[in-house]
Amino acid sequence: MHLHPHPDTTSGPQWPVVAVVAVGGAAGALLRYGASRLWRNGSDAALLWRTGEAAFPVTTVLINVVGCFLMGVLTVALKERFTGAPRLLNPMLGTGVLGGFTTFSSYTDDTRRLLENDQPGYAVANLLVTVAGCLTAVVLGVVVARLALVRRRSAGAGEGSGS
Amino acid sequence: MMEWLLVLAGGALGAPARYLIGTASKEHLRGPFHWGTFLANMAAALLLGFLVQAGTEDALGRTGQALLSTGFCGALSTWSTFSNEVHSMASARRTAGAAGYVSVTVALGLGLSFAGMAVAQALW
Repeated sequence: MHLHPHPDTTSGPQWPVVAVVAVGGAAGALLRYGASRLWRNGSDAALLWRTGEAAFPVTTVLINVVGCFLMGVLTVALKERFTGAPRLLNPMLGTGVLGGFTTFSSYTDDTRRLLENDQPGYAVANLLVTVAGCLTAVVLGVVVARLALVRRRSAGAGEGSGS
Repeated sequence: MMEWLLVLAGGALGAPARYLIGTASKEHLRGPFHWGTFLANMAAALLLGFLVQAGTEDALGRTGQALLSTGFCGALSTWSTFSNEVHSMASARRTAGAAGYVSVTVALGLGLSFAGMAVAQALW
């Protein structure tokens, strides 16, 4: 029986986390909306399927790739560099802002739209470029953040900081 | 101006919905799969497929699209957390699991997008 909520257990939802995820998600969605207004190319389902049905969704691809890169940076920054950061920062920026900024539903919708508009090449390209681009971007974000933020323990130099 | 507020409201609902799906699935579902992100993405793909067709039939105005499609579905679904999970699976040498996670997510997501549209077509 899981009917009785126990507010003091850590396994269930934590309401402060819900609140900061909502704030971050609103900000991320607004950033995505702003980007789709700046670069209209048929990518945003809510605004553009009437005008750019056969267009390649460059904006959605870029939004998702940039969001994945930043997710890699954020993960390293919070887990390996700023480990004393407030506990709510990770859900706010990761689950909230970057989760709200990137979108999977537009990705599948763009692909379906391209297939329905006789653009199978664009559809397959969108499928593959997004997967490859996003996975490369998250790895790149991790690598760049480690180089920029995390001072490497110089094993040979023997600095002996102890901690 | 109004559309910005609706996107904001949709985002403020979609992202916490994804978080709550995550905590609920952590309690009830097991296995090597990241069920929370997976279920949120599948739900958003299905819902957006439905909404796009409903919008084409003018059942939704621009306001409904901004709130539900761009705001809610966009924030309910995610690529960043998904990539992060795939990366951590691959880093832990669970290459087959990571490849399976990507394939199932992409294939089923696309299928559900079509399914959502078919449901809306059947209704209107």
